Amino acid sequence: AAGMFLRVLSDIQWRAAHPRWRRMAGYPRSSSTTAEPHQLALPAQAQVVICGGGIMGTSVAYHLSKMGLKDIILLEQGRLAAGTTRFCAGIVSTARPVSIELKMAHYSNKLYQQLEQETGVQTGYMKTGSISLAQTQDRLISLKRIASSLSVMGIPCEIISPKEVLQLHPLINIHDLVGAMYVPEDALVSSANVSLALATAASRNGVQIHEKTSVSHVTIQKGRVTGVETDRGRIQCEYFVNCAGQWAYELGHSGEEPVHIPLHACEHFYLLTHPLQEPLSSSLPTIVDPDGRIYIRNWQGGILSGGFEKNPKPLFTEGRNQLEIQNLQEDWDHFGPLLGALLRRMPAVEALQIMQLVNCPESFTPDMRCIMGESPTARGYFVLAGMNSAGISYGGGAGKYLAEWIVNGYPSENVWPLDLKRFGTLQSSRTFLRHRVMEVMPLMYDLKVPRWDFQTGRQLRTSPLYDRLDAQGARWMEKHGFERVKYFVPPGNDLLDLDHSKTFYKPDWFDIVGSEVKCCKEAVCVIDMSSFTKFEISSTGDQALESLQYLFSNDLDVPVGHVVHTGMLNEKGGYENDCSIARLSKRSFFMISPTDQQVHCWAWLKNRLPDDSNLVLEDVTWKYTALNLIGPRAVDVLSELSYAPMTAEHFPSLFCKEMSVGYANGIRVMSITHTGEPGFVLYIPIEYALHVYNEVMNMGQKYGIRNAGYYALRSLRIEKFFAFWGQDLDAFTTPMECGREFQVKLDKGIEFVGQEALLEQKQNGVYKRFTMFILEDHDTDMDLWPWWGEPIFRNGRYVGKTTSSAYSYTLERHVCLGFVHHFDEKTGEELVVTTDFINQGEYEIDIAGQRFQAKAKLYPFSSLFTQRRRKDEVELSGYQRE
Amino acid sequence: FYLTPPQVNSILKANEYSFKVPEFDGKNVSSVLGFDSNQLPANAPIEDRRSAATCLQTRGMLLGVFDGHAGCACAQAVSERLFYYIAVSLLPHETLLEIENAVESGRALLPILQWHKHPNDYFSKEASKLYFNSLRTYWQELIDLNTGETTDVREALINAFKRLDNDISLEAQVGDPNSFLNYLVLRVAFSGATACVAHVDGVDLHIANTGDSRAMLGVQEEDGSWSAVSLSYDHNAQNENEVERVKMEHPKSEEKSLVKQDRLLGLLMPFRAFGDVKFKWSIELQKRVVESGPDQLNDNEYTKFIPPNYYTPPYLTAEPEVIHHKLRPQDKFLVLATDGLWETMHRQDVARIVGEYLTGVHHQQPIAVGGYKVTLGQMHGLLTERRARISSVFEDQNAATHLIRHAVGNNEFGTVDHERLSKMLSLPEELARMYRDDITIIVVQFNSHVIGAY
Repeated sequence: AAGMFLRVLSDIQWRAAHPRWRRMAGYPRSSSTTAEPHQLALPAQAQVVICGGGIMGTSVAYHLSKMGLKDIILLEQGRLAAGTTRFCAGIVSTARPVSIELKMAHYSNKLYQQLEQETGVQTGYMKTGSISLAQTQDRLISLKRIASSLSVMGIPCEIISPKEVLQLHPLINIHDLVGAMYVPEDALVSSANVSLALATAASRNGVQIHEKTSVSHVTIQKGRVTGVETDRGRIQCEYFVNCAGQWAYELGHSGEEPVHIPLHACEHFYLLTHPLQEPLSSSLPTIVDPDGRIYIRNWQGGILSGGFEKNPKPLFTEGRNQLEIQNLQEDWDHFGPLLGALLRRMPAVEALQIMQLVNCPESFTPDMRCIMGESPTARGYFVLAGMNSAGISYGGGAGKYLAEWIVNGYPSENVWPLDLKRFGTLQSSRTFLRHRVMEVMPLMYDLKVPRWDFQTGRQLRTSPLYDRLDAQGARWMEKHGFERVKYFVPPGNDLLDLDHSKTFYKPDWFDIVGSEVKCCKEAVCVIDMSSFTKFEISSTGDQALESLQYLFSNDLDVPVGHVVHTGMLNEKGGYENDCSIARLSKRSFFMISPTDQQVHCWAWLKNRLPDDSNLVLEDVTWKYTALNLIGPRAVDVLSELSYAPMTAEHFPSLFCKEMSVGYANGIRVMSITHTGEPGFVLYIPIEYALHVYNEVMNMGQKYGIRNAGYYALRSLRIEKFFAFWGQDLDAFTTPMECGREFQVKLDKGIEFVGQEALLEQKQNGVYKRFTMFILEDHDTDMDLWPWWGEPIFRNGRYVGKTTSSAYSYTLERHVCLGFVHHFDEKTGEELVVTTDFINQGEYEIDIAGQRFQAKAKLYPFSSLFTQRRRKDEVELSGYQRE
Repeated sequence: FYLTPPQVNSILKANEYSFKVPEFDGKNVSSVLGFDSNQLPANAPIEDRRSAATCLQTRGMLLGVFDGHAGCACAQAVSERLFYYIAVSLLPHETLLEIENAVESGRALLPILQWHKHPNDYFSKEASKLYFNSLRTYWQELIDLNTGETTDVREALINAFKRLDNDISLEAQVGDPNSFLNYLVLRVAFSGATACVAHVDGVDLHIANTGDSRAMLGVQEEDGSWSAVSLSYDHNAQNENEVERVKMEHPKSEEKSLVKQDRLLGLLMPFRAFGDVKFKWSIELQKRVVESGPDQLNDNEYTKFIPPNYYTPPYLTAEPEVIHHKLRPQDKFLVLATDGLWETMHRQDVARIVGEYLTGVHHQQPIAVGGYKVTLGQMHGLLTERRARISSVFEDQNAATHLIRHAVGNNEFGTVDHERLSKMLSLPEELARMYRDDITIIVVQFNSHVIGAY
């Protein structure tokens, strides 16, 4: 079995080429009698302390030591690989819908494959392949989408028929299948031994491993990690890595300054059987039957089968609890439905004898993605946990990225989807986590269609207008805990219930959003955009301006009342944030960023602003309700309400003014809309929100005003080629690569972060280019809709992926946005992407295996813009947030 | 002919009733959490009755099941009147005086009982005045007899039973000028009823039983399993003590004719009962009353028929046997039921089914494979069966209904068989009585926290 590694004594010296250790790992059962451990005291100091000796901790240690770090200590409260890692089913599966997760799994697979050779520790690696079954057409579509992204990464993968499934795995009942996806290079490992192999290699590279040592808390001073307190004394350190798995949340909360790591454990069950009469071949592929909620792998001639049930059992909500640990027993009644699914899928195993039903808690996160990165409040405090039961698949890649993060300051790939800073304290409530993971665990195998939303943990942050909008038919989605309107269902227009509106095709709200878009174009709409992150930065002298000039690429030394779109770039010129900044006065600025930037942007600024008590950064998100008035008649509504001229001469685009609206004074009005349409955003102190909304709606009636939601906004911004941070833009995208040179002022006279990298790009050209695609032969009614992540083909060759898409009601076509690369035909090397390269290609977009012709454009249709802007700066910028 | 599950449910649930003892400030200070009751007719109309009430002038709660025979009149009267007799017997002298003074001066009467009734549980409007006068005579006597001693529950129960039966007998002898009432009191007296009554006050549980209904305590053992403790003796031919008692009360010469075919005088199954004046009055009295009675009575062969070997009446008494039990925390519930239940189910099964129902599925013993050789197929079968068992629990919101479902629908494996249930419930009226008896059940749930605090 996976975790037969038994050692009683702690603090063995894990020395390189230690012959006894090698024998122990290979023949774990005999180890306890032969090992003569060499006791070691805890050192008083180290550069890095890693807490947790599971797959994550050992992988981080392995990669850190490989990157040349020497002074590393790994602490494990029990024994290495004895927690969730020991019990994990050992399936290495690359079939992941999120691209970064796919990359991690791919790397892990390659790493594990050569690990035995590298370390001499048997890992049980076996390339069996995996088959994901589809019982419905919708499931098959979702598999085809994954197959598309696997193929373009060079991972062998094919969609196969039920008959071919039978050829690969003769025990499978295929009668209810419509197809399957076969990934021949997926593998099985003994997860505990993989972990031990990583530990062995790490210890050879100088990592000190101490078992039976538990961390009580981490000490933090002035926002930096200074050391850890253990039950065996204190260790001073520069970096701490929390790889405590399901205990990571508690460990994060144990210190004086809590580090919020939102994850929660659920019981997870799988079954082990005795061998079949004719033992199953160890090369038989692993079966994943998501519609049956189960997975099945061969195990010592029998099978190992578990699943993700509809009614999970969360545990340890109140923290580690001896009673709950003891109660972690086999629960056959709970496993019953999964057993039923197993017998339906593999009727032949009915006669197999049960060996054990294993109950092994797994930790889950609020959005089904793992958690990695540095704490926003404590520098040097890193986290890698919350694997949503895919720890073995991610282990290698996740450890690598985190090690790069610690050593280089940032990983080699965009890991924002996994970044700890996508969460804040608001996702850290125990009740929230308990409820959310009960939804997340079944979601592992639920069909995920475009635009699905979580149903639990909702209505946490809301605008003061929530009830008003809800009463008018608003349908809601959630971002960073904030409820936002998708669209408004007109009275008497009943949409399908949630389950039935799940589709990969044209959704049932198509016409509703269409009419909202039309109203934005022809009259005026109101969208509540209160969820945006809003900061104010002010100082007594010029500190605010100087700091912002350094941290942002555009020139912020503009006259008071001007609004500037600008990137907040990293050293490589990539977007850490994309925001709008209004200069309120000589010495104060108002900054608007995407909703999920609240934690990340705050940490970025806090870490980089000078420590000066005269420079104040304040999060004012909660103070303002934001109403976006979009459309040609917005100007009429607003001027009637304020008795102030609002025409372009008086209030040009990209301006900001405090004015009165109705009875309410001090409303911050900005002439931006985030869509390219004419209009304004009103930042209203929340106590006036209802008043202003009522006034706007009453006055707007004669101009045909109506409510609109984010789907309309999204359609508008995508047809105008506006990129959105977090979706299109990330830390690996520079302004040069997305046609935003005009937002970079290389000559503003102050050196800013990323300037050097941008200068270099300006000289040498870019290696990818943000491009707009208009689908040509795509039938909106009949064809699968694009979503994001679809491969882009140029002249039949893969050149990149889409990042977002929407139906343009104006063009009556689908528009996809994405990046085009130029890979050398022979070497695959990335070459400079020129305008000609973009313009001179024939493009196709691959939606679930079907290719559609697309026309590429580097600039938006100018006919879509109705108004001239200040200076020559068209609001090409956008930075939409959705 | 086949009943769908919803049809079965609507039949089973037609008479179900639940009462929860109200909580004050989030706490229930009563030793009783509440009760569930239900009845399923076999006779048309049903001859069983049930009653439940809270004593308002003394502490405690009264619950009872009544099994009528030779019609439902007696059971109906006893179900309406007995608790008043018990309550009055328990009242202290001052309260009795206060009530009498109120009646005397036409003031509002202190309420004595708060009834917990299903809409189908009716009270006779016509007879209420008559019944009230008899009750008033009783308390007036109690006032005159004032012994100054505190009322003993056992004695009160015995006195109340005997007094009510006596009143039933007297009312029939005296008759009533109103012809409807006259016929009613005669029907009450000539029909019969057994009674099994519980009085719960704190940890003191008294069971007064007359006849062959039964009271049973459900006890949860330390290992979570359930056992049954009987709190009543059946008064029938199977009870040797009871046979002995009857024989003692009559001359030796009658020894052989007293109990024949397990029946009293070869006729009556219960050996104690209310009413049944045919087994209590002298032949002369019976003849006189029947002759002077209304025609309907005269035309009735049963009332005119004198039991054979009828030499030394009375042969029957309504005097109850009273058992006192101090409630313990492990005493989780009490089941009162007419013989219709006990004929079909063993008390041990009753204890288990109700116990598992009340504590929910959690106490279904978890399955552990341990060292046994179990195949996946076997395990799957076992789990499927366990789920079916649980789902039948969830169908019922009432423990008494759940028990009836088992009593009527159980197959040889002790699980509810829908087909059998459907057959038993769709029997035509005239056949139903052949396959089953009226069933009336009250399940009282105790509050272990309160009991433990005593």
